[in-house]
Amino acid sequence: MDLLQIAIIITKIIVLTFLVVLPLVPVCVYFERRFSAVIQDRVGPNRVGIPLTLLGFKKDFHFFGLIQPIADGLKLFLKEDFTPAHVRKVFYWMAPVLTVVPALITVCVVPFGSPISLFGHCEKLVIADLDIGPLFVFSVASLSIYGITLAGWSSNSKFPFIGGVRSTAQMISYEIALGLSIIPVLMYFGELNLSNIVQQQADHGWLLLPLWGHDADHTLTSKLLFWFPAAIAFLIFTISIFAETNRMPFDLPECETELVGGYHTEYSSMKFAMFFMGEYAAMVIGSAMIITLFLGGWSIGFGLDAYVAKLHIGDFYFGGFIHMGCFLTKLIGFILFFILVRWTVPRFRYDQLMKLGWVVFFEAALINVFLAALIVAAPELKTAIIGIGAVLLVVLTAAVIWVAKVSEETPKVLRA
Amino acid sequence: MPSYLFWLFSTVMLIGGAAVIAFRNPVASALSVVTCFVGLAGLFIGLSAFFVGVIQILVYTGAVMVLFLFIIMLLDLKDEEKRAKSLAPVAAGLGLVVAFFVQLIGILSRSPNLTAPALDNPVLAAAAAGFPQNSKIAISLNQGKLPDVHLIGHTLFTQYNLPLQILGVLLLVATIGVVVLSKRQAD
Repeated sequence: MDLLQIAIIITKIIVLTFLVVLPLVPVCVYFERRFSAVIQDRVGPNRVGIPLTLLGFKKDFHFFGLIQPIADGLKLFLKEDFTPAHVRKVFYWMAPVLTVVPALITVCVVPFGSPISLFGHCEKLVIADLDIGPLFVFSVASLSIYGITLAGWSSNSKFPFIGGVRSTAQMISYEIALGLSIIPVLMYFGELNLSNIVQQQADHGWLLLPLWGHDADHTLTSKLLFWFPAAIAFLIFTISIFAETNRMPFDLPECETELVGGYHTEYSSMKFAMFFMGEYAAMVIGSAMIITLFLGGWSIGFGLDAYVAKLHIGDFYFGGFIHMGCFLTKLIGFILFFILVRWTVPRFRYDQLMKLGWVVFFEAALINVFLAALIVAAPELKTAIIGIGAVLLVVLTAAVIWVAKVSEETPKVLRA
Repeated sequence: MPSYLFWLFSTVMLIGGAAVIAFRNPVASALSVVTCFVGLAGLFIGLSAFFVGVIQILVYTGAVMVLFLFIIMLLDLKDEEKRAKSLAPVAAGLGLVVAFFVQLIGILSRSPNLTAPALDNPVLAAAAAGFPQNSKIAISLNQGKLPDVHLIGHTLFTQYNLPLQILGVLLLVATIGVVVLSKRQAD
């Protein structure tokens, strides 16, 4: 590996992680506050700016409140960093770091755009083009549970501990639904490399919008048939991401009405801010995963991608940057959706949350795997076998629904 | 794998393993096990076994150890921290380590000193000949990549299909057994 390659990798890490994803966090906070204000018919923060009235002008100059996140960040930096005397110090300091770092590491497999090339040197807009993309994201993201659990435990007080325990149970439960729900997607693409998955969607239509790029291997009928398992997978995956990132309606670990502030009650200043950074970074990555797997990633769609990829000035093919713009637009759109849901849907009860995860999503994802397998394999099977498979699938579904119904009929008295 | 990465991850693993028994606090010990597992995953990935490495983190670090930590925290083990070291368990542990070491040396001295084949293009292309043309595995092997996920899947579902199914049923039986035992109701 020569120096140029190392320089390129470091540049990609710095630009994509610290200049693209990390600034999205304050942007999220700004959207959260302004969008919630719009929903609740308020104005929201709109005053931060240059106080020209102090200098004798008639009006202040404010940037529509766009500087508010900077002011928020500055406030959190300058606050007193207070460590309560009763905490377990080492773990207390470790916890915020353990929530932020995994979220930022997962950035490295997200494809931000199609390859750009300069002087004949082609470079993919992804930090590490791993062949195990989604698995890598899940495994590293699962490490952020430690941050929250440790925060709850090391605070050495009751409410944070309950928050931490709730969060652990919730994240472990929904990881199963999360992992099972994307199996149909992976079966369809036959691929775990996120760059290739997006490229395939750019060529043959997005998974949820398969309307262009038909050929012998990707007929319109087969793609439309696969739309159904893909839509179920999309629903389960999206809702599980809500639960994994502890967002409303599943933000029970930090449920204010029951737990004061949840696992971060004892934290102040920048350590508190790091939990929020971790949470928002996880939300950004979660949205990026949904977009990459189901909504075409950086692809503009409608067969325009091949054209955009060919745009160039001399030797500089800059189509990748247009694709990156498209990706970020979709990303911000999805973040707005996350915020819209947060301010629309009321919080679940804890038992409802667990039931949704274990009884509904787990089974639905499992059945969806069989359905997707049947549809993917159908062109190579005989009609009779497809029929038997369909009948088995219906029987299985009915059995699962019956078991779910029976199991909740009478509240059982447990032996003490 | 460059040797300095091997030494880095092995050192991480050894420090983690030593810390497990050195710490008095059970939570700190559990976190040391996590460190050890992360080092092990690094070693797997360094050997081009990306899938095994990632599953190592996903299953052991992300799920199993979290549950361990969960239980340790719920039990709130206080007396473990205070207990004094007694000589007998330490001696027994050392005896086990020595026995294991002797065995390891015996095996290593007898096994031939083979070096693993380098994963370069000719080797991979030769391996591709064993798979049907135009299959995903053959194509990426010919491109000089190691499709480890596809290879593991292929091996599991062709050579070891029956054992895999039996294992699956066994795990299912264990799961249902746990549910039945823990939900046994009063008559």
